[in-house]
Amino acid sequence: MQSNRLGWILLAPTLTILFFFGVLPFIYVVYVSFHSWNPFAANPEMIFNGADNFRRIVFDEEFLNSVGVTVMFVFFAVLSELILGYILAQAFMKDFPGKSFFRTIHTLPLIMAPIIVGSVWKLMTTPSIGIIPHYLDEWFGISMNIGTSAFAAFTTIVIMDIWHWTPLVTLTLIAALVSLPPDPFEQAQIDGANKRQIFWHITLPMIAPAVVATVFIRLMDALRTVDEVWMLTGGGPGSSTRFVGVHIFKEVFPKTNYGYGSTISVIVLYLTIVACWLLYVTMLAPRNSKEG
Amino acid sequence: MRKQSPIVGIIFWTVVSTLTLFPIYWLFVISVKPAVQLFSTPDVILSDPFWGNYAKVWGDRLLRSYMLNSVIISTGNAILCTILGFFACYALSRFKMSGKESIFFWTITNRMAPPAVFLLPLFLLMTQVYTIGEWRLLDTQIGMILVYCTFNLPFAIWTLRPTVDGIPKELDEAAFVDGASSWKVITEIVFPLCRPGLAVTLILTWVFAWNEYLLAATLTNFNARTLTTGLSEYVTTTGTEWGIMATISVFTLIPALIVFGLVQKHIVAGLTFGAVKG
Repeated sequence: MQSNRLGWILLAPTLTILFFFGVLPFIYVVYVSFHSWNPFAANPEMIFNGADNFRRIVFDEEFLNSVGVTVMFVFFAVLSELILGYILAQAFMKDFPGKSFFRTIHTLPLIMAPIIVGSVWKLMTTPSIGIIPHYLDEWFGISMNIGTSAFAAFTTIVIMDIWHWTPLVTLTLIAALVSLPPDPFEQAQIDGANKRQIFWHITLPMIAPAVVATVFIRLMDALRTVDEVWMLTGGGPGSSTRFVGVHIFKEVFPKTNYGYGSTISVIVLYLTIVACWLLYVTMLAPRNSKEG
Repeated sequence: MRKQSPIVGIIFWTVVSTLTLFPIYWLFVISVKPAVQLFSTPDVILSDPFWGNYAKVWGDRLLRSYMLNSVIISTGNAILCTILGFFACYALSRFKMSGKESIFFWTITNRMAPPAVFLLPLFLLMTQVYTIGEWRLLDTQIGMILVYCTFNLPFAIWTLRPTVDGIPKELDEAAFVDGASSWKVITEIVFPLCRPGLAVTLILTWVFAWNEYLLAATLTNFNARTLTTGLSEYVTTTGTEWGIMATISVFTLIPALIVFGLVQKHIVAGLTFGAVKG
């Protein structure tokens, strides 16, 4: 038997790096969040101001707006991805020639850098060079300008997210569907259940854990989303696509308001934890207790 | 289940695949168009490709240095994370340390946190605390290699754990009986047996580091700038060089596409923290 000391030695480099670049920044940001600090202002000192920053954030309309925009984005994007992903996963359950080839193509967007996805969609939707606004105008007479229309910018980001992440939902749902036992379906058909009843009463409850896991992962991703939005719209027009991540990036660095910026960071981290925890408690825990 | 003609499936998937591929194809189309043609009627069919943008990007010394930085940072980070992740997994798998499962779960929380939250503290720490004399960790390749560990090291640990757990402990014990040292067992017996898992981890961590933008954009300003940050420099308020932007995108995309074939089956497990087997 080897001694535990060797185990700790092997873990030490990992723990050290994660401490200096994961834990210490976290402690530091909490510390700074209780201070007023702008190193480039008239008074560059760090001054303790208690909960003032936290009081300010509750009435900060720009911040609250960014939370609202993020919630809307998550709702529309993740809902569409689940519906589309389910349809595509069901389509993959049948056998047809070239299945693995199509599956490879469908997985392709997942490997792309978010910043590249942003750039691809910028090239497709920017007025005057983009192909989408051009044909929307020529065929339907609709003018689309992501630089001036909040609706167009927001919709484009939702569609871009659907394009980028539906494959992940499809593949997770395929994994769930493949592992389903055939018996309940055969039994239901014998009992004369129709397709809709089978979906709502058998398929959906059985794949629910996979759906919840997917929502959970996409939710965390959506709170992290910055790169592609920054590339595509820069948060605009106005504040229509300024998600919380973009808000931090855009507000803190040009203004060098480090104290208040830290407070926003702490709150966003807190919101992430709460969102994930709520999802877990409301959707996963009741099922576990029923089984147990 | 109702039998369906295979033709329906093929037509359906051809449409879906076209929708998936078209944006990538359009990126390529823009990259091989001279600037004057960009604003004419968009042609879907490619005719007479123009390679000037590629020559320009490849000939640009600044962009070449960004490319080199990207290669150094992602390669360094992938190797570091894979090796440290392997050691950590060996420790977690073979030793009865108290609280090791909590440590295992704690590592992944570093990856779950929104990176935007850590921008400001990392920026402050790297300019003011992580310094030796005049030298600062900000805007250095080694700094970026270490920063990327916050998301890639937990990933490496989570993907390697099942592989290391799957190597029977009896092999280690037999080697110990033969008088091998712990170091020898780890490096010469377990490490080679984990090679497939290590390869997947190496490739995926490499892609994640290569694709990263936000941290690189904030924590570098000249010396360690990466290709992804170079991309956003061509989007300015005075006008965007669309052709160059598309070409840099293609350059950034190619390595990811090359390795895509190798790890395609593992991507889902990777992106869902191992919750789903692909």
